[in-house]
Amino acid sequence: MAVTRGFVGRRAADSSRVPPGQYVTKGFPVLSAGPTPYTPLDAWDFTIRGAVEHPVSWSWTEFQELPRQKFTVDIHCVTKWTKLDVPWSGVSLDTFLDTVPTQAAYALAFSDGGYTTNVPLADLRGGKAWVVDEYDGRPLDPEHGGPARLLVPHLYFWKSAKWIRGLDLRTADQPGFWEMFGYHNYGDPWKEQRYYGD
Amino acid sequence: MIETIFETPRVKTISLAVPDWPGHRAGQHVDVRLTAPDGYQTQRSYSIASGPEDQYVSLTVERLEDGEVSPYLVDELRPGDELEFRGPIGGHFVWTDELGGPLFLVGGGSGLVPLRAMLRHHRAVDSRVPVRVLCSARSLELLIYREELMKLAADDLVDISITLTREAPSDWRGYRGRIDPALLSTTGWARNKQPLTYICGPTAFVETAAAGLVALGHEPGRIRTERFGGTGV
Repeated sequence: MAVTRGFVGRRAADSSRVPPGQYVTKGFPVLSAGPTPYTPLDAWDFTIRGAVEHPVSWSWTEFQELPRQKFTVDIHCVTKWTKLDVPWSGVSLDTFLDTVPTQAAYALAFSDGGYTTNVPLADLRGGKAWVVDEYDGRPLDPEHGGPARLLVPHLYFWKSAKWIRGLDLRTADQPGFWEMFGYHNYGDPWKEQRYYGD
Repeated sequence: MIETIFETPRVKTISLAVPDWPGHRAGQHVDVRLTAPDGYQTQRSYSIASGPEDQYVSLTVERLEDGEVSPYLVDELRPGDELEFRGPIGGHFVWTDELGGPLFLVGGGSGLVPLRAMLRHHRAVDSRVPVRVLCSARSLELLIYREELMKLAADDLVDISITLTREAPSDWRGYRGRIDPALLSTTGWARNKQPLTYICGPTAFVETAAAGLVALGHEPGRIRTERFGGTGV
């Protein structure tokens, strides 16, 4: 490790909450690969399909009637920013997955606009992942993934697919959009799994 | 580090001689890592400003007032200093001649950086792909790559349009004001040409440009975007 001449830098106040190579931002940066899709709520549904006996869908209205959780988590983007204490509201993925028996070990999340990302099913269970539609007490803005996005805060934020429309359950893992463009297949920020080979 | 050039008072292009550089595609970025004497490290991503065919790898860095890394790179880094970085990274916001076109490049402020790499690649390989470029800057003084853009516009295959959003010289013959669907329609391609579009800039700029093109009937799958938090549109 070579010292960069003349560099002093800043340090986070509470570094125990900031994964290696990350810095804390107070803003909420936006990153996406293409135009923001605008799906009307009456055309929106959330579908679990693939390695299941029958695909199951929830309309927007049905989604709104599911038990909700309000919670605060830290999020970590692979582009180096970390945002602490982000307030969300949404539905635990356990609520969806518990109704759909499957032998699958992997999920490929799919979104409006064609985005996909892969996550092991175990990482979506056990109260670790949600479909969220509110940020800071208000409906989620389209540029941040509204009407609803996946939220898997223990992985880098590209796994928290914006504009989520469902999960394709799979017995074999299949890389998603960024995973095929050289980003890490799993994406644990605490192990700094940013890119392929990390 | 070989040399730095001021593009505007707050934006500098840094040229680096990189041993064993594996080569890059226009539009890719690198992760720069700085290390303090006590071992503290921090990293940021910067788009590559040079074309794949250029001798040096260049980064164009906008100095953010509250930044941690950009003030170091703009104010402190000197020729002869060594910089640690990783890359090239990214495989979506890239253009190579084989991807064809016609090409529409839309850049706001320092969002022009990866688009400049694409234009350099276009020229270096003598591409036959027609290109239209729409640049947005606050003023002519704050438009990066000003002279290079003027020279590129001499190429029959490259059309460059500039809009100035805050102030323009009294004899300014380009566009004024923020981008909107009318300006995208005037300066870009008709949708039946099925252009390949790259948009880069701050979030609000990218949202406006991408949504405007979709509203004009362009295929969302042919529009690629990259956003950064910097200012300067």
